[in-house]
Amino acid sequence: MKKKLLSVLLTGVVAAGMLAGCGQTAAAPAATEAAAPAATEAAAPAAEPAAEPAATEEAEAEAPAASGELIKVGIINNDPNESGYRTANDADLKAMFTEENGYDASFAYSLKNDEQIAAAQKFIQDEVDYLLLSAADTAGWDSVLQDANDAGINVILFDRTIDADPSLYVASIVSDMDKEGENAVNWLADQGLDEYDIIHIQGVMGSAAQQGRTKAVDDKCAAEDNWNLVEQQTAEWNAEKAQQIVQSVIDSGKKFNVIYAENDDMAKGAVAALDAAGITHGVNGDVIVMGFDCNEWALEELLDGDWNFDQQCNPFQASYIDEIIKKLQNGETISEKVIVMDEKGFDASDITQDDVDTYGI
Amino acid sequence: MSKDSAKGGFWKRLVSHQMFIPLVALILLAVINLVHDPSFFKITLGTNNAGFPVLSGSLITILDYGSELAILAIGMTLVTAASGGQDISVGATIAIAGSAMLRVLCGGDSRPDALAAPIIVGFIVACLAGMACGAFNGMLVAYFKIQPMIATLILFTAGRSIAAWINNNELPIVPDPKFGYFGSFIPGIPIPTTVFIAAACIIVIALVLRFTNLGLYTQAVGINESSSRLNGINPNFIKFITFVILGLCVAVAALIKVSRLSTINYSVIAKDIEMDAILAVALGGNSLAGGKFNMWASILGAYIIQFLTTTLYKFNVSSDALAAYKAVVVIILVVVSAPVFRDAISKLTKRKAKTQKEVG
Repeated sequence: MKKKLLSVLLTGVVAAGMLAGCGQTAAAPAATEAAAPAATEAAAPAAEPAAEPAATEEAEAEAPAASGELIKVGIINNDPNESGYRTANDADLKAMFTEENGYDASFAYSLKNDEQIAAAQKFIQDEVDYLLLSAADTAGWDSVLQDANDAGINVILFDRTIDADPSLYVASIVSDMDKEGENAVNWLADQGLDEYDIIHIQGVMGSAAQQGRTKAVDDKCAAEDNWNLVEQQTAEWNAEKAQQIVQSVIDSGKKFNVIYAENDDMAKGAVAALDAAGITHGVNGDVIVMGFDCNEWALEELLDGDWNFDQQCNPFQASYIDEIIKKLQNGETISEKVIVMDEKGFDASDITQDDVDTYGI
Repeated sequence: MSKDSAKGGFWKRLVSHQMFIPLVALILLAVINLVHDPSFFKITLGTNNAGFPVLSGSLITILDYGSELAILAIGMTLVTAASGGQDISVGATIAIAGSAMLRVLCGGDSRPDALAAPIIVGFIVACLAGMACGAFNGMLVAYFKIQPMIATLILFTAGRSIAAWINNNELPIVPDPKFGYFGSFIPGIPIPTTVFIAAACIIVIALVLRFTNLGLYTQAVGINESSSRLNGINPNFIKFITFVILGLCVAVAALIKVSRLSTINYSVIAKDIEMDAILAVALGGNSLAGGKFNMWASILGAYIIQFLTTTLYKFNVSSDALAAYKAVVVIILVVVSAPVFRDAISKLTKRKAKTQKEVG
């Protein structure tokens, strides 16, 4: 009896987990839902062709591939729940790969490499035309991508690169984390301070974002005499930890004038500690605050002058991917295998509301 | 037993007292900091960016950040005593309770202009969510006889996803600055609000233990379940209720956590806090196998852990290495409190006493 109850209960838990899973994807489908009515609108006049022929023509012009020649793409991504970056990335892909843009897209999400590889194998069996991949881990992709190539499937990497032979994929669209760090550090150097006493708050150690963004600071501090690291600590992308780290620097009475946080959340935590200690920050403040990722709320902080700088990490790869697929469909060749996206840095002194609306994620 | 300890004299009574381990740890940490940098103990009165007076200094930081842990330690002590196991889902349930609170306060909108509901309503909802999670865990442990760690593993794994689902994966930001007071300072009062919240929780649990049989029943169930049943106590209900109480503690901790930054990040909020809460109970000299407990030792243990964390930050220990240092403390504690070790020690002291007698 008890065993039975237990199994019922566990089933319930699994079901709840699934519900939660649905919830995660629920944020992004807004785009798909928005697309669905458009499709029905296009279908409705088709049923009554005599009534409004103009509308039908328009719909056909907008959806050239709707005649059944949809391009089949299989998209393997990380869990959109992972971060604001990933949520924006997933929403962007969902908005681009829709039926009226001529795509038949299937999505698979996992933070685990083996599950992603299993998803890739399934997509190969489903005979997709393109396989889009943001790999959880850099290793272990050779054999499955070889299978994809043998099946005549074009592989396009986005957001993250992998350790595999470049011949296995047609293109790779990535953020250059080193360049992001250099951008930010160059901006900081342009501020012309006499002394740079920096609290450097790092992301999860070993991640590509952490390595690139740290390298720029380390190099600069090694090269310049007036650049000092007061504190260099990982807060593991965690705002609370960042708050405690900055708090402990303040408590120890060390002087600093720059907070270089490797993402927006940690910058926010650091600012909370500054606020509590009565240290001014931002434009005209004592401490320069720098963040990464360009969350919408973070750009608003810039707009208010509470922070000084935010470096974009561009999650919008869908249009780049679309362009590549269009080229390949037209029989063109891809000249550049690795495409580095444009990524801007925003300065509190010249950011506008338009920037917040356009680039905020 | 009591005769034995009386015979052992002052030193033995001191060592065997439950407060001995936490107090030694506290003194050790205090001395290390005093030697390293006496300014650690300096407390200064300054003003924050809103222009109100605030106290600052490492000790204030310890009291401030130790609050959540102290509150969780209260619930964790009761759960440990009654069920002989620990709840490893507290971090995830903090995410759930916090997310439920934000859902109510922001009304499902991630960037509202005003609060959708009074803060108290949000807090009550968080309490209900926390207690529901506690009840779920408690039910599995008490009525389905699942090992506490296995039972709470379910929410440990699923909790953060559930929390994200509650808010449609949005990260709402509370617009009202008043909400931030719970995790920082009330204007005009220089002591962190969290200290008052923790003090209130401690007073409440003190009154409950003083005026109800909760403490007695919990220990009875933890020491011997069947004999407590024979004495008319319902052990299942006691276990169940301790998990619900822990759920309430989780909700209060969630209020502080979410209030600190007026927002939430499901994947990292209160990360690994379960480890600290369990460590607080162990550091308080309480048996992790259940039975007798000392609430004050657990609460002291919680502040000692924060003391340790703050000290390690002060020594520039990389924060991803903190867990390793805490693990060393856990290993020492577990080994010291293991029966094998205790037997060996008591044999050693007995032999010593014997030889002393012979010599005498």
